[in-house]
Amino acid sequence: MSHVLVLVDAPEGELRKSTLELLTLARRFGRPAAVVFHEAKTATVEQLGRFGAETVYVVDDPAVRDFLVAPKVDALAQIAGGLLESGDLAGVLTGSSPDAKDVAARLALRLGSGVVTDAVDVEAGDDGQPVAVQSVFAASYVVRSRFTTGVPVIAVKPNAVTPEEAPVQPAVEQVQVSLTDLAKSARITSRTPREASGRPELTDASVVVSGGRGLGGAEAFALIERVADQLGGAVGASRAAVDAGWYPHSHQIGQTGKTVSPQLYLAAGISGAIQHRAGMQTSKTVVVVNKDPDAPILELADFSVVGDLHEVLPQLSQEIDRRRS
Amino acid sequence: MLRVVTLVKYTPDPTGDVGFADDGTVDRGAVDGQLSELDEYAAEQALRLAEAAGDAEITYLTMGPADAVGALRKALAMGGDRGVHILDDALHGSDVIATSRVLAAALSRLDYDIVLCGMASTDAGTGVTPALLAERLGVPQLTYAQRLTLKDRTVQIERETDVAVETVEAALPAVVSVTDRSGEARYPSFKGIMAAKKKPVETWSLADLKVPGDEVGLAAAGSATVSATKRPPRVAGPKIVDEGEGGVALADFLAAQKFI
Repeated sequence: MSHVLVLVDAPEGELRKSTLELLTLARRFGRPAAVVFHEAKTATVEQLGRFGAETVYVVDDPAVRDFLVAPKVDALAQIAGGLLESGDLAGVLTGSSPDAKDVAARLALRLGSGVVTDAVDVEAGDDGQPVAVQSVFAASYVVRSRFTTGVPVIAVKPNAVTPEEAPVQPAVEQVQVSLTDLAKSARITSRTPREASGRPELTDASVVVSGGRGLGGAEAFALIERVADQLGGAVGASRAAVDAGWYPHSHQIGQTGKTVSPQLYLAAGISGAIQHRAGMQTSKTVVVVNKDPDAPILELADFSVVGDLHEVLPQLSQEIDRRRS
Repeated sequence: MLRVVTLVKYTPDPTGDVGFADDGTVDRGAVDGQLSELDEYAAEQALRLAEAAGDAEITYLTMGPADAVGALRKALAMGGDRGVHILDDALHGSDVIATSRVLAAALSRLDYDIVLCGMASTDAGTGVTPALLAERLGVPQLTYAQRLTLKDRTVQIERETDVAVETVEAALPAVVSVTDRSGEARYPSFKGIMAAKKKPVETWSLADLKVPGDEVGLAAAGSATVSATKRPPRVAGPKIVDEGEGGVALADFLAAQKFI
């Protein structure tokens, strides 16, 4: 089997669960080779190897951090080009963050390939070629696509698969990239890191607790955070809550925010406009607390409480504490 | 003069029951179309840039079937000068790679300093068209701007990623995409709607752009739909009305599902 390049999205050098998912998917139609864009720490290489990366390509060029998207495209095109020459490239998998999707698309264009973005799964077809699975139109359709030109390039959303170990000892290969002038044309002049919340990353979290307009104000997010912490979850917010300035945009769930697909999604005070549903509709279990018995989100709920979240959530928190004590 | 080209797309109303035609493409006849909501933010930023520059020209560019001209008219009602509609039956079913080829060919025919796009369409929603255009045109990409400023010939944006807020700068010409946080889009005035009817809209074919018809469209797409299956609607579970014990009932459910 040929190699499948896996783009490792680790801005802080820490591997994310979604990278391990990509390695697991890559093994369905090839032999994973990871590409990291930072110094390769021993622990990182070991963990990539534990999930099946036979090769770890290391592109430790400051241009990757100083310029937007294009340097990564140059690097991947160079690595992919080398593998293609020896007929040893079965595909490329990236994550589904905005930048990762942009890298995937530009790379596909250079490789003369088709590209599928926002895949929720990658299956091996009858011919051994990958079939990309997407969930579209606010998750009302499941679409399967095969590739007809070039090497398949697929951008995959988090939580597509449970990571499975397949330990190997990776070969580490340092890559020197010759960057085009174009790659150095959009300069990142400042970067202000977000404060860590101590909670899991929203798109990776297995539990998400979200609040919306029904909270009535920023202070009520304390109720949401308490339940999230009790369940080991991340905090989400509807666009209405973010637009009102009650919670940061980085927590917005929906069409123009994050898409999540956790085991449990708890929506409190969220009516469930189509733009919000587009971001959470593939959650496994949905529970709702809402005052309005006719709120559209109730149609999706596996369990719902019609009532005031300011009463229901504190009582829920007390109950969780009581049952655990 | 600052030459701004704003890309707009005519998409099915996302609150409608959007589905697929027999050939696996989006069924654009089943649901009413509209200017993609996310493109209104690009139109708004174009108008603000033009207002700040004084001497500017705004062209809206769209590609799509005959009724896609509706996107141009709506944007022109907000403001701006003219529209270009790429209309050709051979475009039906084009993937994002082919779409970027056709749009890039049209942009090369237009003069531009800055190309403005929404962050994604509200139908296919890949969000990668701006990046593909930057790649094809050989100009910088500044994507997902929540703030956009232009000073002399330098464009600066602020954008937010998972882990940081970034500022990105590049010299014009450039491709910029803006998010729904870049600034509320204005409503067309009655005067604007009337004026839009008189603004020039040109129609270009693939022949005008010198793009061979057999290199775009469904048959030339880099991926092919194997199946499109409607997901069964979620069936709502128990709904209880809180009479003082709602939180306890919720805890019971979560415990039964092993979340507690």
